[in-house]
Formats: sequence, structure tokens, C-alpha cells
Amino acid sequence: MNMDNVLEKLWKTAVWAFVILFVVNVVAMIATVVVNSFGTRWLNSWLPVAFTFRWYAAAWKEFQLGDVLTVTFQIAGAVVVLSALFGVPAAYALARRDFPGKPLVMVLFLLPLLVPPITFGVPLATVLYKVGLAGTMWGVIIANLVPTLPFTVILMIPFIEQIDPKVEAAARVFGAGTGRLFFHVLVPLLLPGLLAASLLAMVRTVSMFELTFLTAGPSSQTLVVALYYSVFAAGVRAGQSIDAMAVIYMMSTLIWLIIALRFVNPTQIVARVKKSPA
Amino acid sequence: MADAAASSTTAPSTRRRPSLADRGLDGVTLLLLPAALFIVLLFVYPFLYGLVLSFMPKEGGWLGNYTRFFSDPYMYGTIWLTVRLALPVTVLNIALSVPIAMQVRHMTRQRLLTTILVLPITLGTVLVAEGLLNYLGPQGWLNRTLILFGLIDRPIRLVHNYWGVFISLVITGFPFTFLLTLSMISGIDPALEQAAATLGARARHRFAHIVFPLIVPGLAVTFCLAFVDAFSVFPSAVMLGAPAGETRVISFAAAQAAFEQYDYSYASAIAMIMALVQFGFVGLVLGLRGLFYKGPVGGGKG
Repeated sequence: MNMDNVLEKLWKTAVWAFVILFVVNVVAMIATVVVNSFGTRWLNSWLPVAFTFRWYAAAWKEFQLGDVLTVTFQIAGAVVVLSALFGVPAAYALARRDFPGKPLVMVLFLLPLLVPPITFGVPLATVLYKVGLAGTMWGVIIANLVPTLPFTVILMIPFIEQIDPKVEAAARVFGAGTGRLFFHVLVPLLLPGLLAASLLAMVRTVSMFELTFLTAGPSSQTLVVALYYSVFAAGVRAGQSIDAMAVIYMMSTLIWLIIALRFVNPTQIVARVKKSPA
Repeated sequence: MADAAASSTTAPSTRRRPSLADRGLDGVTLLLLPAALFIVLLFVYPFLYGLVLSFMPKEGGWLGNYTRFFSDPYMYGTIWLTVRLALPVTVLNIALSVPIAMQVRHMTRQRLLTTILVLPITLGTVLVAEGLLNYLGPQGWLNRTLILFGLIDRPIRLVHNYWGVFISLVITGFPFTFLLTLSMISGIDPALEQAAATLGARARHRFAHIVFPLIVPGLAVTFCLAFVDAFSVFPSAVMLGAPAGETRVISFAAAQAAFEQYDYSYASAIAMIMALVQFGFVGLVLGLRGLFYKGPVGGGKG
């Protein structure tokens, strides 16, 4: 009996030790990038010799980050708006109606989330090249919509299910038309969910490498693709300016994540949690 | 609401005009159309197009691309090289996720941990690969720490080989499997375990006889998702691995065919082979899952 207690304690300690080890490694990995981007020379020591901001100026000029950032947020913005525009009505229909073939429609929306982007990205890019959209901004936007639109639909369904249909019925009874019902009742009630879905769609688009890589041309690269190319061609550029770019990329993703986490639980980013928020 | 529609058609004596209400109700389902159409057009159609295209090779018969792939060891070898990476990583991630989720579900400040863990997923594989290039390098903090504690004499090589990609897949894959497992385990009614504890079952028996059988079906799905994800590893295999050698993964072969040889038909064939391996694996795991318990994870009394 006593032996069992000792073993259980040991097991618990081992599990927590691993959690700490993992977290420390993730933080250290991110810290390496940040420290290197501010360092002058960093060879054979724990920390760089001195610190400087000049790599940011260098990276900004070398990689034309102004242009790249503009393109990135134009693409991400378009993806967010379009997936909300098409996704919310679809989520509303799925949350409120039972119709024959509904499971099939659910599968249709789940598949682009489950099949890895690189698998469907190659044929998708082929089609986009054939119609002449690949290499343009619209090609990248369309490719990114393929997983983001279903993501918005799936994320919005529970938010819509939470709204009591009686609220809508009451608005109808008092004579609200579809437009007023939508803008004065549904949108305000859905705002937290809509905001969460939009922010997470933003994060996904900014950090989506595979699809953008497969469909972007030189003038429609997003930050993450530019980062990949600069690492791929490493040796030409100073490592520190690549890391400066990586830090800028981190910032452009994490801002949205931090705001989004005010509205959703981190587990919701990977899983649809059944527990409804109180 | 569906009942209301039915009753309003059978009893037209209500004050509001039923025709308008009926039309509105039909319209709601139609809201689905634009999104569904988009997915059919840009997900289903490209897949079918790619499938057809893969049977129209630049040269040779309709199976030309596939015979070309399976007769070249440098090409069909990519399947094995990818499986060799993806399968151990997935098994490890799941094996780590379950015991940790068992402990973390009782944690009070769970949100802080889940937030840190969601970081690698959010930042994406490209950034993780770039960070690990420095961190795991010969002069990186990891090697320095290991030398400091006297665990190794000289830096071990962890980048531009199998292990670099392996570690990057753990860093991005573990949080994913962990968060899925955590949401699954949190969904189990605690009363079930409390009852077992009252009857004197120890933690490991409670796990083995109550929690584990309940999560096996969900775990199988998590296993599929994690494997499929790891099997399509791309940027980190190029940046952190040896894309010409031991980490020449299948997605890299597909991208090469498309962007270096401009042979979209061959690239589509490789993508189809990739999808086939993934679907085959999912089918196998879900087939095995059918042998286990499926049902509610709530308590006996509702």
C-alpha cells in the first residue's frame, strides 16, 4: 500500500517534470529567435556580444517587409471578411435546421479541415494555375478560404445554437423584418463568437504556409512564405536579419491570438469543446 | 421550428401570413448554398481534377505516372521515409498526451499552460523550424546546457538530419494531440472515477478500467488526425532536415515535381498517392476502433 503511494507520487513528479521541460524548451526556442534578432555577434557564447536594433532596419529594407506586410494583411483581411460573409449564414442554417443530407454537408465542411493542406494544395494549385488565378492575390485568397471558410462555419455553429430561437421569434412577432432581425438581434448576440472566429481565421491565414506557398507569385507572398524562402536561401543574408523578420512575423500572428484568447478557450482552437461557457 | 412550419401549413388559421413564414423557413436552409458550393468547387473539384490529371501523364499509358513513381526507389522511398518520421512521432505524442492530460485536468491554472502550448501551433512549422535551427544547433542553448551538466562531451548533431525534423514534429504535434486529449478527458463525468475511488480502486486501476476504455475511440481519431498531419510534414523537413537524403518526405517530392519540373500531372499523382496512404491509414485505425466501446461518457444517472 505504501509502495503504491510512493510510485504514484513518482509518476506524478515525472509527468510534471516533462510538462515543465517541454514548456521551457518551447520558450527557449522562441527566446533564441528574439535574442538573436537583437544580437550583434553570437558565436561560442551563451548570449550575443552586444545588442542592437539594426537588424530590424536591415530586414525591413532587404526583404521589403513593408510590401510583404501590406500584402499579408490584405490577403488575411479579405479571407476573414469573405469567410464571415459566407460562413455565418451557412453556420446559421446548420445550427437551426435539420434537413436530409445534413451529415453529408457536415462532412463536406470537415474534410478541408482534416485533410492536410499540402495534400489538397497540389491539385488546388494546379486548377488555379489552369484558370490563371495562381500567382495573384486572389489566387492566394481563394486557396486560403478553402480551410478557413469551413473553420468559421464549424466554430460559429455552437455560438448560434446558444441563441434561443424564441428571441428571434419574439423579434418577428414585434414586426422585425429579416434585415432588422439580422442586424439588431443576431449580430449583437453573435458578436463575441464572430470576433473569435474572425481573429482565429486571421491567425490561421497569416500562419498558413503550405497553401500560400503553393499558390503565391512573387508579388503575392505572405510573410511566412517570405520567411521560408529567406531561410531556404540562408547564407546569402545574415542570420540575425532573418530572425528579425521571424520576430516581426511572430508579432503579426500573436497579436491576434492574444486578442482571440479573450473570447475563446485555447482548447477550442484545436477542438470543439462541448462545455458551453457560462 | 420545423414543427411550427408543419403546423402553420396544416392550420392556416394563424394571424400571420403562413406563405411568408414558409418561404423564410426554406430560405434559411438555402443560406448554406454559397459556402457549400465554394467547397465543392474548390476542394472537391480540384481533388477529382487532380485524380483525373494523374492518369494523363506527359508520356506513357494512363498509369504512366504511377509506374514511374513505383519503379524509382528515390520516389517510392519517400513513402517509407515519411512513415518513419510520422509514425513514431504520432505514437510518442499520444503516449505523452494521455498521462499529462490526466494530471492537467485537475490543475487550477490550466489556462496558462494551454495558452503556452497553443503557441507552437499558432506560430506554425516555419517559425518553429527557424527557432530550432538556432536552438538545436551546435552552439545553441540546448547543446550548451547539456554540456554544462556534463551529459555530453561535445555538441550532438540535431539539425539537418532526422532528429531535427522529429523534434520539430513533437513541438508542433504534441500540443495538438494534448489539447484534443485534454478536451476528451475533461468530458468524462468525474462521478465515474469517484465511484471507483470510493470502492478502493487506485489511480492506475481507475485509468486502466474506466478512463482508458472510454477515451479509446476518441484517441483513435486523434491518432488519425495527428498521423495525417505529421505525414504531410513539409517546411520543417526542408529547413531542419536533409531534403535530399534521410528526410526526403513525400510532400517535398510532390512540390518538386510541380515547381521544379513543372509536371503537374506527376505532382498530382504523388499527391494522390499521399492521400491514399493517409486515407488508408485512417481506414485501418477506424476499422480497429470498431472493436472498442462506443457510447456515452456521462454518468449512469442523468
